[in-house]
Amino acid sequence: MTLATEPPKANFRLGMLIYDTRYRSYTIQVIVLILFALGVAWLANNTIVNLAAKDKDINFGFLWNRAGYDIDQHLIPYTNDDSHFRALLVGLCNTLVVALVGCILSTILGVIIGVLRLSKNWLVARLMTVYIEIFRNVPLLLWIILVYVVFSETRPEPKAFKLVEGQTSAAHMNFFDTIAVTNRGTNVPLPLLTNPLPTVHLGFMPISLSLIAVIAVIAASIYANILLRRRTKVIQEATGIRPTIWWKSVLILFVPVVALLFAMGLHWEYPVFKGFNFKGGINIAHSFTALTIALTLYYASVIAETVRAGIQAISRGQSEASAALGIRPGRTMSLVILPQALRVIIPPLISQYLSLTKDTSLGIAVSYLDLRGTLGGITLNQTGRELECMTLMMLIYLIISLIISAVMNAYNASVKLKER
Amino acid sequence: MSLSYIRKDMLAPQAPPISQSGVIRWVRDNLFKGPFNTILTLLAIWTLYQLIALSWPWLANGVWSDANSMADCRKIVAASAGPDASGACWAMIRERWSQFIFGFYPPSLWWRPILAFGLLFVALAPVLYSDNKSAMSKLCGVVGALTVLCLIGADGFSFHTVLAIALMAALTALAAIKPRLLLIVTLLFPFVALWLLWGGSIWGPITALLGFTVMVVIYGLVAPKLGPVMGASIGFIAACLWWLFLQSYVSEAWQALLPFQLTYVNSDKFGGFLLAFVIGVSSISISLPLGILLALGRRSDMFLVKTLSVGFIEFVRGVPLITMLFTASLLLQYFLPPQTKFDLILRVVILVTIFSAAYNAEVVRGGLAALPRGQYEAADALGLDYWQAQRLIIMPQALKISIPGIVSTFIGLFKDTTLVSFVGLADPLRGITTIVRADIAWKGIYWEPYIFVGAIFFIVCFGMSRYSMYLENKLKTDHR
Repeated sequence: MTLATEPPKANFRLGMLIYDTRYRSYTIQVIVLILFALGVAWLANNTIVNLAAKDKDINFGFLWNRAGYDIDQHLIPYTNDDSHFRALLVGLCNTLVVALVGCILSTILGVIIGVLRLSKNWLVARLMTVYIEIFRNVPLLLWIILVYVVFSETRPEPKAFKLVEGQTSAAHMNFFDTIAVTNRGTNVPLPLLTNPLPTVHLGFMPISLSLIAVIAVIAASIYANILLRRRTKVIQEATGIRPTIWWKSVLILFVPVVALLFAMGLHWEYPVFKGFNFKGGINIAHSFTALTIALTLYYASVIAETVRAGIQAISRGQSEASAALGIRPGRTMSLVILPQALRVIIPPLISQYLSLTKDTSLGIAVSYLDLRGTLGGITLNQTGRELECMTLMMLIYLIISLIISAVMNAYNASVKLKER
Repeated sequence: MSLSYIRKDMLAPQAPPISQSGVIRWVRDNLFKGPFNTILTLLAIWTLYQLIALSWPWLANGVWSDANSMADCRKIVAASAGPDASGACWAMIRERWSQFIFGFYPPSLWWRPILAFGLLFVALAPVLYSDNKSAMSKLCGVVGALTVLCLIGADGFSFHTVLAIALMAALTALAAIKPRLLLIVTLLFPFVALWLLWGGSIWGPITALLGFTVMVVIYGLVAPKLGPVMGASIGFIAACLWWLFLQSYVSEAWQALLPFQLTYVNSDKFGGFLLAFVIGVSSISISLPLGILLALGRRSDMFLVKTLSVGFIEFVRGVPLITMLFTASLLLQYFLPPQTKFDLILRVVILVTIFSAAYNAEVVRGGLAALPRGQYEAADALGLDYWQAQRLIIMPQALKISIPGIVSTFIGLFKDTTLVSFVGLADPLRGITTIVRADIAWKGIYWEPYIFVGAIFFIVCFGMSRYSMYLENKLKTDHR
């Protein structure tokens, strides 16, 4: 038997580019590069030829032209005299607000359903299973359209709310006469301030200092509460006795913001039926309501499955150990199981938030004017610039997705188990 | 010594107290254990009661026949259950089911999609139940019988019904005797289905199939000398040359020589669940191999291959499917040579395939990452080359781990076929339902069509997820 201590030094031959595994990968990469470049060149060439044939060019200047269409739901000031770019921003805000509300509501509902599905209560567990299976296995689009149709076809017209002397009206408002759901939209009370802080006009959009003040106070309260809890933990670890702090927490969390709102004079403007329709308050279009409700219900079922899988991934020994220590089932769940399950739950949860955000584009089914509805819808049709609009829209969606996954991955890294 | 006060024989065991056994024990343990549990149960019962109280009268008063419009339905419900009663109008489904299933496919040709659908399951049988001979033949038999029943219902005993009966009987017999041969059916199925659904000359699919034969032959010649990658690439290039430059002449020549064709059906006639299944099945079957290749590319050592794969996957996963579909309908005309005529269904299938391939790639990558490194090293130690290691060691294990993820991607894809309505195709959910609801006779109907469409989607998707659980159990080899 001979031992090969050194590979034989052969001179480089051209055939080694194919036969020798050391060089073959370079050959393949070079071929891939050439093919890729050829493909891109082919596509680019086709695009140029096609654009020339249609007498078009690639130009994003249209974004500064007058948009000329109305958007009912605009979170930043907008009129139809504003530019297409402004419409794009309005659409982007609408996309983000649906995504945000949907993520929050579906997480809350999903966690509740996921935990209840594992409940020892036979009836509740079965009900939750049925809920999850029904919502998961039917297209999201169906829920969006169905909720929208039910709202806009079963609800009475605004005139049914009209009060005639001596008669009761055909339809009634809900929640102590504060919310009216008609077939055109949902009218909810509008919060108003009697002595608000001034509004700053910052470049292209006004910023309400009152809102910022409220947000700042809430953030400060939450931070103070965290400090309080940290201090309590220190005391508990030093003395073994946990001081009662729940009333302090309540005070810290709620008193400052209530005081601030009271000082600014918060009051509500209720929707009132006048003439032919409701006046006052905010009118929320059914497209928004339907999209939010459908996204919430559908993603709640998906998130519930994630939560269930995460909880079941924690070994039984953990809950048994906790029971052996005499911890009650509810606290076992919140102190032992959920913190560990969170590590399993978060990575799939990130991708569900991502898909929820992307699925807001299904608002097209109910004519919700989100990013796709403004930039990829009306603007595209008005200007006829498919290439620019689609590219820009894809780019924006891509950036949103990348930001969400970056933020959530950072959070995931912070709660991940530190291993050696 | 005898102790008279000591009992000598054992007492018979007493039945447990009534509260500790049987139904009462079960109810107490599962429904009323503790106050919180009791509240939950009461809440659940209340919810159930509300749901039933709301929907039961509507369901019970449902009208199934003798109505040709919403007004008829309302009249019948009012006559039978009083003027204020509500009732479901299922008569709409009786009248319009054909549109929901076939779209605008000509009724005299319905036998073609029915036969294709039946053959789909025969073709799937060897894939679904690879080592279970009896399940395979049972599936073929049941599907064959159902297909024949549907054909008789659609057409009566015509020539093609008799032909289909013979075909299905032969395939069932084949499944019972030589199940391995069914794989040939699986390989031929795409071409047969294509021909059955769209019609046209039979030589089109046959010459297209010849392209694959060219690929296989060239691979067989080249691969032993230059390795599988080179073999596959050269074979692929040769097949492309065949498809692009030679196929049309050959197929026209044969068509002139031996004319045999089915009536051509244009793509705009496709609709309803026929369309959903065409898009779903073709995208599913192409996206899995594509996804595996992308996953391998993403884990490759070659920098360029890896970068391109990562870029592709992340781009596709970062944009909504709707924008991809709009790309198919609006932008593809810019990227392709001028005057390229490209069928809309084909465009949508390509884009949906690309979309779900990226998701499959991520799922398969997860499976690959979950494999212990020892498996890769053992494959190297055995002297297997890259493709042998992938085929024999890595993929069988990685795919097994990824089954739940892959199937849920498939379910998502099938549900997403409803989005094609936004580019003008008549999908069952939005396309057909809108048509029905726009009809003056069915104005004001909304629950019934959505319940009908939703129920069919539910059956298909739920079936897929149950099958994935069966597969997971079957392939489970560990002892946890």
